[in-house]
Amino acid sequence: MRLLNASGCLDALTAPEVARQLDGFVTKTITPLPREGNAPPRIAETAHGMLNAIGLANPGRERFLAETLPRLRELGVPLWVSVGGFCAADYAETCAALADLEAIELNLSCPNVDEAADSAAEIVAACRRETGLPLYAKLSAAHPDVAEVARAVASAGADGLSLINTLRGMALHPHTLQPVLARGQGGLSGPSLKPVALATVHACYAATKLPIVGMGGVVTGQDVVEFAACGARDVALGTVLFWDPDAPARVRVELAPLDAAEVFAAAHRSSHVHA
Amino acid sequence: MPRREPRSVTGVEQVGAYTLLRVDRGGIDPGAPGQFFMLEAPGRLLPRALSLCLAPAGELAFLLEAVGPGTEALCALRPGDRIHVFGPLGKGFRLDVERPLLVGGGIGMAPLPYLAESLPGAPVVLGFRSDRHAEAAALLPQAHVVVEPTLVTELIEPGHDVLACGPEPMLLAVGDLCPGAQLAWEAPMACGYGACYGCAVEIDGELKRLCVEGPVLAAA
Repeated sequence: MRLLNASGCLDALTAPEVARQLDGFVTKTITPLPREGNAPPRIAETAHGMLNAIGLANPGRERFLAETLPRLRELGVPLWVSVGGFCAADYAETCAALADLEAIELNLSCPNVDEAADSAAEIVAACRRETGLPLYAKLSAAHPDVAEVARAVASAGADGLSLINTLRGMALHPHTLQPVLARGQGGLSGPSLKPVALATVHACYAATKLPIVGMGGVVTGQDVVEFAACGARDVALGTVLFWDPDAPARVRVELAPLDAAEVFAAAHRSSHVHA
Repeated sequence: MPRREPRSVTGVEQVGAYTLLRVDRGGIDPGAPGQFFMLEAPGRLLPRALSLCLAPAGELAFLLEAVGPGTEALCALRPGDRIHVFGPLGKGFRLDVERPLLVGGGIGMAPLPYLAESLPGAPVVLGFRSDRHAEAAALLPQAHVVVEPTLVTELIEPGHDVLACGPEPMLLAVGDLCPGAQLAWEAPMACGYGACYGCAVEIDGELKRLCVEGPVLAAA
């Protein structure tokens, strides 16, 4: 059971102490060209979560490879690079340029940019041809049949799944009734996502038996165990890192008496994740 | 990176239209004037970013205005309540100035009492939207105070090194009047330590994280 960060929820270069608490650091999504991201305001708090519309702000592939990645390697934390794009070739070209990583996560589900023109399976297949690194497909729980998408990306060569991304939502200013976010809509994250995430992990594990990084509302060691019980082999911390930079160490302490790996093994043997 | 620690509330005082929240300092470094802390807002998901107002012995004090559910929760705290405090964060004011003038607007006066301790004798001008709000000037007895419709920018005399905090229109006006002024900005922040990319503002023509580059920035 590895503890990771959810992509976009930590900058390991500004907070190396936090990254070093993790079993792997997942970068913000890298796109072929630099992206400044969406106009502010980009975040809004909601009753039991938050919305973000950052918009894949990143330095672009060239600067990431030349400047960011070498500095990340110096941290000594296993690295996962999150790859994004707007067509299969965007993803595949970035995958071809990456080497010596723990894994690549394909961001197939950012709610804050226009969707890629190609299907998730087409993108995974194109990346598979370009890299031998472990490929994790990050899917959206908003798809009407996410287990079917999971089966398709498994057939296309994905080694694992990252579940789930944020879900599109909206918050209004209480007096003006205008959207708080400049983009209007954003991705909902935080504790309100957990039931959706558990159901998605459960369904996709039953459908594929692929290794899954479970995420969405994880705050405590108990949450990690519940994700394991639904079929997640690893777990990522997202929004909790915003208010508690010590969350990885705290969750590990809370997990110590719970043995999430054993819970996963028991879930794997039991019938409920085979439903 | 600073530590995030649970601290006890030691006092909650009304200062005009604002609230001065005091917490037990413990081992937390008060940091430089203009730096900020993330304060847990009970019942809310995200903490709130507040600059340090005063650093009395053994305490950290924050001046806040209840403008939404988070600041309302913080203003409703009572002595003995415990909240997590994370900081100091960001980059504060540079203190190597020859002729400092402190300029504050409304709740933007918050970092100035602590700043004034580091710049003894520096003149202070404050602007408020009502007499009740202006009662907070009691925290800076040396200040020259105006109330709308008079604007604080009318009190800025040339030849000063301006250090300012206030609403965005005031900061833009101060920046126009005083190129090179040090301006403390505000932006919605989820984390305060560079993780969320929520507080992006335009700096040197690019969107950058205010919590990392600021909150105090030099006027262009």
